[in-house]
Amino acid sequence: MKSLKRGLGLVTTTLLSVSMLFGCTGGKETPGDAGSGGTDGGGKTVINVTFRDDGIGENGSFYKWLKEMSAAFPDKSVEIRPAPIQASEGDYFAKVALALKSKDTAPDIVTEDTFILNSDASAGYLEPLDERLAQWEDWGNGSFIEAMKKGVTASDGKVYGVPYNTDSRGLWYNKDIFKQVGLPEDWQPKTWEDVLNAARTIKEKAPDIVPIWMNMGKATGEATSMQTYEMLLYGTGERLYDDASGKWIIKSQGILDALTFVETVNKEKLGPPLSKVLNGQAGNTASREYLPQGKLAISLDGSWITGNYLETGAAPWPEYKDVLGFAPMPTSQGQAPGSITLAGGWALSIPSNSKNKDKAWEFIKFALNKENTQKLVMSSGNITVRADVAKDPEYTKMPFNEIATEYLQNAEFRPAQEKYPEVSTQIQTMVESVATGTSPADAMNKYAQDVTRIVGAEKVVEK
Amino acid sequence: MSSLSANDALIKRKSSYPWLFYLLPSIAIMLVFFIYPILLTFYYSFTNLALTGEAARELKFIGFENYARMFQDPTVRISIWNTLVFLIGSAVIGQQVLGFLIALLMKQRNRTFRRVIGTIVLAGWVTPEIVCALCLYSFFGDEGTLNAIIGFFGFSEVTWLFTVPMLTIILANIWHGTAFSMLVFQAALDDVPNEIEEAAVVDGASKWKIFTSIIIPYIKGTITTNMMLVTLQTLGVFGLIYAMTGGGPGNSTTTLPIFMYNQAFVNYQLGYGTAISLLLLLIGIVLSLLYIRSMKE
Repeated sequence: MKSLKRGLGLVTTTLLSVSMLFGCTGGKETPGDAGSGGTDGGGKTVINVTFRDDGIGENGSFYKWLKEMSAAFPDKSVEIRPAPIQASEGDYFAKVALALKSKDTAPDIVTEDTFILNSDASAGYLEPLDERLAQWEDWGNGSFIEAMKKGVTASDGKVYGVPYNTDSRGLWYNKDIFKQVGLPEDWQPKTWEDVLNAARTIKEKAPDIVPIWMNMGKATGEATSMQTYEMLLYGTGERLYDDASGKWIIKSQGILDALTFVETVNKEKLGPPLSKVLNGQAGNTASREYLPQGKLAISLDGSWITGNYLETGAAPWPEYKDVLGFAPMPTSQGQAPGSITLAGGWALSIPSNSKNKDKAWEFIKFALNKENTQKLVMSSGNITVRADVAKDPEYTKMPFNEIATEYLQNAEFRPAQEKYPEVSTQIQTMVESVATGTSPADAMNKYAQDVTRIVGAEKVVEK
Repeated sequence: MSSLSANDALIKRKSSYPWLFYLLPSIAIMLVFFIYPILLTFYYSFTNLALTGEAARELKFIGFENYARMFQDPTVRISIWNTLVFLIGSAVIGQQVLGFLIALLMKQRNRTFRRVIGTIVLAGWVTPEIVCALCLYSFFGDEGTLNAIIGFFGFSEVTWLFTVPMLTIILANIWHGTAFSMLVFQAALDDVPNEIEEAAVVDGASKWKIFTSIIIPYIKGTITTNMMLVTLQTLGVFGLIYAMTGGGPGNSTTTLPIFMYNQAFVNYQLGYGTAISLLLLLIGIVLSLLYIRSMKE
């Protein structure tokens, strides 16, 4: 009897602890009614399209465009139904993955970031589109920029989505400040040293202004990996992943050089205060406050930031076209190809669990033809992936569009590896540790250990 | 919670089986909605379960791999340390001592005083965690209220969330949770019979003596129970920290729940995430058993 009591006491304690622990942490939400359509009551086929709503709801450019597309879609037996997921960028990927897992919740079309597309393809969530693409004239006749097809091709060589926008990265700079400190208004840095020297000049002659802003914290997630570290690393000629051997490069001179650049910026106090740059809002602080308010001279950031300055944007700034300049990010020593940009972008994909793949495909072909894809990129301020749109005068007259598209000539993509998202979080840790005073060599060693733990010792190489 | 009364019933009745019969429905519900998920969590922690990527295609049993990874991962050690600092600073010391002091202050005061103070303290408790986090973020933020106040007195601004992140979340959690301890101690202090205190006063005992020899022994059981409750509440705190610092800067405020979330929903490694959640559970159970043991003595 006594032992039974003691046992019961133990069970009670355990249950109590469990219920307290798990009772206090929030449950998981399920995505909305974003299941694969099937048919509605009236015999129409319903195609659910899932995309990320960042809180703007029905005023979002993608939502409006989708509404317009569904009204214009010639096949009237189909109803196109928006099924947005309201989430931050990171949460969107997790919610999409959960929705794609099951036949009951998978939509018929999903917007996939090229960063996660390969992971979702490896998981078997997405339908390969090669056979369908082979029969679509636009895909084969050069309408799409060839380099952009790399972003939607997974590691198995198959294509899992049709891209609809992309982006490039470079150095945004404030011409007024440049004029004030005697730097050229048409700035074309040829090496990293040129960039640092410009920043040093600004620090010396305009001490109240932040010379250069790069995202350097874990909190800014992929922005730190892509806009800062990879722009630097790829500029040294080094890569994250060696395609030839199929291994991640965990130690190299390129990594040290890239980290040394970050170290220099912080050591010489050429960057923003760390408390501003190490929180999740850092990207917005730079593009929506510091740059428009003239508190920042140079910002290493993406082509999309001008979307903030449109009348409908988060920080309207009509003068931006005259005040801002957009210079290409040079390679470290000015070696070929001279400048570098990483390209990302989004694609429309068909989930494996969709019940209406053929109809969904018909809609994708219609929505991503020249005219319609142009409407989307124009309204959202993104860069097109179509060569024919890129030549269109309507498109090229938008400020910076032409130049941002031009930078794509030397565009590089992140490795199409399913482990990339995890490796990316290690990159962020490494960059933040250097920004806060760890030496580049120590940070690289820790990165090497962490990546080895994630991908396995047989998948890493030192150069 | 029903199992608690079961325990009482067991002690009262001394016969062993009829109570089991009455408990069957609740045991069944517990099994389906509680025990099964926990066992499933336990199973998943031995798999490579992931949200996306190759591993999501087929679930593989990988034995102790997640646990081995956990012991090699330096961030796990940092997270355990942070969890304990947060726990001891904000709950065991912060909420308990402050809650007890407030309860003591309010003892034998007039009604209005009790009401006003009680309402103020309770405000923190009834405010949802996320609202609390936003309030305190606005308070400690770079352009926040605190900096405005010290700026007014001519001091230079401090980036609180960046320079002393752990302290800010500890203070936030104290602000949020103290009322609970206050209520518990108020009830306990009200139970201390006045006659004994009065007798002690007549005997010439000092205030301190009364406090240490009468009040404390009287409420010893309450202290332990309350300690256990606030410990378990605090171990699971996620929203408050996530909203205020996101676990940063660096890993300086990454507690186990934050680390678990990052592994499961940022790195998409659900299997590893569940292994970490079981570590958290283990810590909770060990601490509870320690408290219960100290109660028995």
